[in-house]
Amino acid sequence: MDKIKPSFRPGGKLAKLESVYDGMETFLFTPNETRSSGVHVHDGNDMKRTMITVVVALLPCLIFAMYNIGLQHFMAIGQPDAGVFSMLVFGLLAMLPVIVVSYGVGLGVEFIAAQIHHKEIQEGFLVTGLLIPLIVPINTPLWMTAVATAFAVIFAKEIFGGTGMNIFNVALITRAVLFFSYPSKMSGDAAFVKTDSAFGFGDGQVIDAFTGATPLGQAATNVGDQLSLVGVDGSPIGMCDAFMGTIAGSPGETSMVCILIGAVILLATGVASWRVMLSVFVGGFAMASLANAVPSATYPGSLIDPLQHLCLGGFAFAAVFMATDPVTGCRTHVGQYIYGFMIGVMAILIRVYNSGYPEGAMMAILLMNAFAPLIDHCVVSFNIKRRLNRAK
Amino acid sequence: MSIIKLKKGFDLKLNGALASDEPMRAEVASKLCAIVPDDFHGIVPRLDKKEGEHVKAGETIYHDKEHDAIKVASPLSGIIKEVKRGERRKIEAIVIEGDGSGDAVSHDLSKPVKDVLLESGLWVMLRQRPYDVVPSPEATPRDIFVTAIDSAPLAMSLIKAAEPLLQYAARGAEALKELTTGEVHVCFAPGEEMELPAATCHTVKGPHPAGNAGVQAANIAPVNKGEVVWTLDLVTMCRIGELMTTGKVSYNTRVAVVGEMVDKPYVADVVMGCPIASLVGGKDNARIISGNVLTGEKVEADGWLRAPYRQVTMIPEIGKKDEFMGWASLNPSRFSIYHMFTTWLCGKLSKPCSMDARLKGGERAIVRLDEYDNMLPMDIYAEFLIKAIIAFDIDKMEKLGIYEVAPEDFALAEYADTSKLELQRIVREGLDRMRAEMC
Repeated sequence: MDKIKPSFRPGGKLAKLESVYDGMETFLFTPNETRSSGVHVHDGNDMKRTMITVVVALLPCLIFAMYNIGLQHFMAIGQPDAGVFSMLVFGLLAMLPVIVVSYGVGLGVEFIAAQIHHKEIQEGFLVTGLLIPLIVPINTPLWMTAVATAFAVIFAKEIFGGTGMNIFNVALITRAVLFFSYPSKMSGDAAFVKTDSAFGFGDGQVIDAFTGATPLGQAATNVGDQLSLVGVDGSPIGMCDAFMGTIAGSPGETSMVCILIGAVILLATGVASWRVMLSVFVGGFAMASLANAVPSATYPGSLIDPLQHLCLGGFAFAAVFMATDPVTGCRTHVGQYIYGFMIGVMAILIRVYNSGYPEGAMMAILLMNAFAPLIDHCVVSFNIKRRLNRAK
Repeated sequence: MSIIKLKKGFDLKLNGALASDEPMRAEVASKLCAIVPDDFHGIVPRLDKKEGEHVKAGETIYHDKEHDAIKVASPLSGIIKEVKRGERRKIEAIVIEGDGSGDAVSHDLSKPVKDVLLESGLWVMLRQRPYDVVPSPEATPRDIFVTAIDSAPLAMSLIKAAEPLLQYAARGAEALKELTTGEVHVCFAPGEEMELPAATCHTVKGPHPAGNAGVQAANIAPVNKGEVVWTLDLVTMCRIGELMTTGKVSYNTRVAVVGEMVDKPYVADVVMGCPIASLVGGKDNARIISGNVLTGEKVEADGWLRAPYRQVTMIPEIGKKDEFMGWASLNPSRFSIYHMFTTWLCGKLSKPCSMDARLKGGERAIVRLDEYDNMLPMDIYAEFLIKAIIAFDIDKMEKLGIYEVAPEDFALAEYADTSKLELQRIVREGLDRMRAEMC
């Protein structure tokens, strides 16, 4: 690396790729840089490790997502016995292009922004780039994902100053852009289950009993005061399916088991705040219980059992991986409880009482992102007041 | 005697600590010593002696531009050998060559304590909050906080450092009591408590930075806007006691020479500001720090022992050159206090470790939660304060508690910072700008 270094320095042939070179160099080798002032020793942790830990926590969800995409596909074409391996391969083929597009576009924007500002490349997109494929419905056309990712990275992150400066969660902005720009591709029957083949693999005819709607989608359009949720092959699904994750939905959000594994990794390594995570679930459960206590046919979401509410849709995924984003959330302890609780409440509130949006987690977090600085401001003001009173 | 328990913070253990029966090296008689004006923050030096002039030990070398009464004294009797100047003729060091005569100034003890202290040059060893500078003689402190704990990495116990002068501690506390309208608080580590009739004694339990006088102050009686408190350490209090008893100051100091690159860590009695070379030899790839690894100053092999004249640490500059994908390391020897690395899994968090001077990462925006707050046992939102300082929002800084903190309080947070920001420099600059605006 040292040999080719001069050509990347200002004046060199490849000076326009300086940030990319630095990014690669610091990726491969821990920098030998030292400071002559300030503390003389530094902790072994850095932003790369922090971000990679989140990526590791996402891996169970990613692998299950691939399996589940395959499972849903083969169930839809009436071949539920296709085998775990085929399902994984199908899922891999289906997801790989999305992952490539997400990372390609996002990192491309990051590299260019870093070069413009002559800064080091920031690691934030390592996580965002994996979150996007996990929360965008599998049938979303790739160009839409590309456009939305570029929009989100530029307008939700880079214009604010890059990683650590953004107000809104970048992955959720990506999804929100898709949701509002191309609503027909983002919900309903055709979005969540890949029925056609992936690179020619897994061809088949869709069975008659097929329904591509997610459980929450079904709930939103339910008529009457009885609610029965079905899987893609028309058979009823219960709590167990919702917990294991063998249901239709955005790739990463279905399996409660994998999300919990991710949560354990995040909490054990101390990357995510347990305060936020816990209070999102508490808030969600409280609101769902309240809604369930006064069930109404007008709002079919209220017919769902509170515990099932937490397992269905993107609620758990959002609670574990999205609400805990330290940059866009609250930074004071008290603030984190309020922030998390309100996300839980808002997510279920939107789900149940706004039939236009079957899922509310995305909206709830984006809304609370906007309020997080205000909550922190109030908490810090209390501290300031206490200190002023002390002086008297 | 009250007991204060602190939970936040971390005791960083490094290789190269003093053994419990460490060798005490015989007194290193040095013919040279130097005073570095930068050590006494807040003072602009005006020289009283020129190059080539003779000074006695304890005689004034320079005074403060603003307050003539604040004086800095020579530790040795001898000739001013050289006044080293840097950019824009800033005085970097004043080198004194001893004549070995031991001529020392005897101070008139019939004067008020404050005048004796100012005259003797011991005044500059005190620090004032707000601003963490040498106190102004005009203000009377609300309280005085004396720390008898050095909780920094590899530090020797302050009781041990003060041992030759410990008999004067009680007299020192009495003298300090005359300078304040409030109390003299002295904080001891558990098991090291002393009886000091003139002072209010406390026992402080907990990890570093429990030994910082400012942290102790924040947990005993925090500094509010408009108030002034002084902080000092036990050694300085003993010196004040000695001065008030004998009329003279001994300018010898006990120094612990520690760190991974020191072959055999030891303790020595030397003169303040002695050449570093008389304590440690320079080595390739070694960083010599006068002080501890958190708040000390990097010095060259031909440099000087710097205030507070207690410790010299030598660590490797670059331990592992071009470490391959260090961020992905599963090796427990890549020490981190965070659970993302395997150090804690292998139970090595409380074992001594090897640590070099590398940053081990790039500078980033603040992302991770609670990193600063977990390292600062004060009722302060550290991260919000740092952000206010960066933005230089004076109103916010005041409200968030800038008057209570000193750069040293943020040293541990700077160590632990994933974003690798220079917190001590940020706080120092914030305090200096604030002082310039307010005074």
